[in-house]
Amino acid sequence: MSDYENVSAIDQELQDFLDLEKQKAQVNAQLDEFNEICWEKCIGRPSTKLDHATEMCLSNCVDRFIDTSVLITKRFAEILNKRGGMNDN
Amino acid sequence: MAMDSAKRGEIMELAKQQIAVANAQELLSKMTQRCFKKCVNKPGSSLDSSEQKCISMCMDRFMDSWDLISRAYGQRLQREQQNQ
Repeated sequence: MSDYENVSAIDQELQDFLDLEKQKAQVNAQLDEFNEICWEKCIGRPSTKLDHATEMCLSNCVDRFIDTSVLITKRFAEILNKRGGMNDN
Repeated sequence: MAMDSAKRGEIMELAKQQIAVANAQELLSKMTQRCFKKCVNKPGSSLDSSEQKCISMCMDRFMDSWDLISRAYGQRLQREQQNQ
C-alpha cells in the first residue's frame, strides 16, 4: 500500500476508504483461515452437495475454533501471571 | 491541501481494481491447491474424467463451504455482541 501512503496523509476520505478496505481484507483473511482448517476437518471426497453432517461440521468448526482461541488467550494470561510476567531474573 | 475529487476517485477506483484482482488470484490459488489435494491422488499423464469431475464438484463445494462459513462466522459475531 506504499503507493498510497503519502496521499492519504493529506486526504481523510481516502484514508477512510483505505481503512475500510484493510478491515475487509482482515475479515477475508480470517474467513480464509477457517476455510482452510475446517475444509481439512470436514470435507472428505467432494460430492454433488454438502450433506447435513458436513454442514454441521463446518459450522461447529468455526465456533470451536473461536472457543479454542478464547480459551488459549485466557489460559496464556494466567500462565503469564503465574510466572510474574515472563521476566528472567 | 485536499486533492480534487476526480483524482481521489481515480485512486480509489485503481485501488478497488487491484484489490479485486488480488482477491480473485488468491481465490483461484486456494481452490487449485485444495482441489488438487482432494482429487488428484496419483498424478498420471493427464487428468482423467473422474479427476476432472471431482475438481468441478470440488470447486462448487469450496464455494458452498465458503458461504456457510461466512454465515457461521457472522452469526457467531452477532451472538458475541448480544452477550456483551
